[in-house]
Amino acid sequence: MDKLGVTLSGWDLENPIIAASGTFGYGYEFASWYDINILGSISLKGTTREPRFGNPTPRIAECCGGMLNAIGLQSPGVESVISEEIPKLRSVFKKKVIANVAGFSVAEYVQVAALFDAVEEVALLEINVSCPNVESDGRVFGSTPESVALVCREIKKVVKKPVYMKLSPNVANITEIAQAAESAGADGLVLINTLLGMAVDPATGKPIVSTKVAGFSGPAIKPIALRVIYQVYPNVRIPIIGVGGITCADDVIEFISVGATAVQVGSQNLRDPCVGRDIINELPQKMDEYGIETLGGIVGRSHR
Amino acid sequence: MKKQAFYEIKRNQPLARDIFLMTLVGPMNFEPRPGQFINIKIDGFYLRRPISICSFDEDSMDIIYKIAGNGTDALSKMSPGQKLDVLCGLGNGFDLSLAEGRRIVLVGGGVGIPPLYGLGKALKAAGAEFTAVLGWQTHDQAFFIDEFSAICPTRVVTNDGGIGKKGVVTDILREISYDYYFTCGPEPMLKAVYDLGGNGQLSFEARMGCGFGACMGCSRKTLGGGSKRICMQGPVLRSDEVLFSWINLE
Ligand SMILES: Cc1cc2nc3c(=O)[nH]c(=O)nc-3n(C[C@H](O)[C@H](O)[C@H](O)COP(=O)(O)OP(=O)(O)OC[C@H]3O[C@@H](n4cnc5c(N)ncnc54)[C@H](O)[C@@H]3O)c2cc1C
Ligand SMILES: Cc1cc2nc3c(=O)[nH]c(=O)nc-3n(C[C@H](O)[C@H](O)[C@H](O)COP(=O)(O)O)c2cc1C
Ligand code: FES
Repeated sequence: MDKLGVTLSGWDLENPIIAASGTFGYGYEFASWYDINILGSISLKGTTREPRFGNPTPRIAECCGGMLNAIGLQSPGVESVISEEIPKLRSVFKKKVIANVAGFSVAEYVQVAALFDAVEEVALLEINVSCPNVESDGRVFGSTPESVALVCREIKKVVKKPVYMKLSPNVANITEIAQAAESAGADGLVLINTLLGMAVDPATGKPIVSTKVAGFSGPAIKPIALRVIYQVYPNVRIPIIGVGGITCADDVIEFISVGATAVQVGSQNLRDPCVGRDIINELPQKMDEYGIETLGGIVGRSHR
Repeated sequence: MKKQAFYEIKRNQPLARDIFLMTLVGPMNFEPRPGQFINIKIDGFYLRRPISICSFDEDSMDIIYKIAGNGTDALSKMSPGQKLDVLCGLGNGFDLSLAEGRRIVLVGGGVGIPPLYGLGKALKAAGAEFTAVLGWQTHDQAFFIDEFSAICPTRVVTNDGGIGKKGVVTDILREISYDYYFTCGPEPMLKAVYDLGGNGQLSFEARMGCGFGACMGCSRKTLGGGSKRICMQGPVLRSDEVLFSWINLE
């Protein structure tokens, strides 16, 4: 195994650095900042079946060590992502990508996943279960082991590509949900999506983001992401992609140490568009400094 | 062309109450256009702060900003010689070609005025004739009246009547004749200018996560059912594509 290379369900990545969904557009927006082919891969913006505008603005607020967002899954719809966005990305990015699948019903998840499954450029399906189930009680799919398992099982019935469930940390027992996903046939996990947070204007007492509560991300959530991966890792056999607050090579090594096989860099792309490239350049030096020969060799070492 | 670079602060001086003029020296090879903005990293703040380019030359650019919160307050305390990490070349900028041969008016409100100055300089260089209508809430926040007067006939209004006419920019627009406008300022002012009718271009603000099209934080619905990312497909929209009532339509 080479120094930076990692494998996710049979898919070989040159390095473990993946751009996180929703923070990297459709990838080509970053081609003017640097040659994005250096990245391990890119996870595309969450995609729904139909075109959606998403939430009203303001959708963004700042907080200490991070940010809040309530984009509300703005999407041109899966057909347009496949016919327009992926070809545009293909002209500047030669590697395979991760399709991030969203849905407001089990049927929608299955349809979007099936359409992406047929796309050559897509290596892996990442299922974002932080969406409300509008056909049931309106709670997010990710909130119970049963609904996560249901979405996973139904998708697995119709697709051939590996299915990774991206879990919400806004639950009492995430290990239980991770295990339910594994039992339902998930090929891997992506940990974690944003936390629920809030920002308020002190002058008026009014929430800043239109949806009042919003997804909290950035360096401030890193300890929580590390803790979640640390807790889930010994209880599942499937690989974990770690995400949450990563900004530098040390963070990557920490995430892999607690049990991640690969990582995603999210919010930091918005602040420092070249952060993905910078981490990849910094990583070999940090590994040498700590006497790490291969990243594959340190997965889960915090548990040993 | 988008570029990330470090710029040295050459000056950072007050122009009016809570209003600062900052000159940044550094690479100007990003092909700046009037109406574009930069996104500035400020120590201690996670998100960058978007500020319009006021004017530029071969080796520097000027920005004018108002202390609107903690980030711009920190910016106002920085000294010449300090360096800033800046994303440049953001946004579409004004399209001058659409105004060719027209009687043009530039309509600015508060810190929406700075990008119109760079636009005015470009219009003058192109030999265009135009008038500026500049408005502020209070007279002690007014700036650049002399600079505008040097390039075009300039009319001033303030809500408090301390300088120029007492009133709002549309009071003046009703008095003068024009058939194309460029406007930037607070949303209610943009809407008032738009509601007077005619064709033009409007520069919008939005809360931004990135400033370069990656997060969809700044999306705004446009006429005909679509939407645009204000940071990338804006901040300037044509009057025939804008939609003001969309927030209420949600
Ligand atoms: C394209 C564009 C061009 C701009 N040009 C100028 C200019 O030339 N001069 C000038 O004085 N101001 C300009 N602004 C507004 C300026 O970005 C805000 O005043 C500034 O971000 C406030 O930061 P703060 O930390 O002081 O305020 P805070 O309220 O503490 O900021 C908190 C967060 O809200 C955001 N925010 C707050 N107010 C605004 C706003 N009005 N627009 C967008 N984001 C906001 C901040 O960026 C930050 O992320 C522009 C905004 C945009 C979108
Ligand atoms: C603006 C924004 C949009 C996001 N959109 C999505 C999305 O569409 N689908 C998804 O699964 N996660 C989305 N996320 C979550 C990120 O992919 C990531 O899981 C989370 O932000 C934590 O990582 P970070 O702290 O590095 O940002 C979004 C995050 C942000 C900040
Ligand atoms: S601010 Fe991120 S897309 Fe416009």
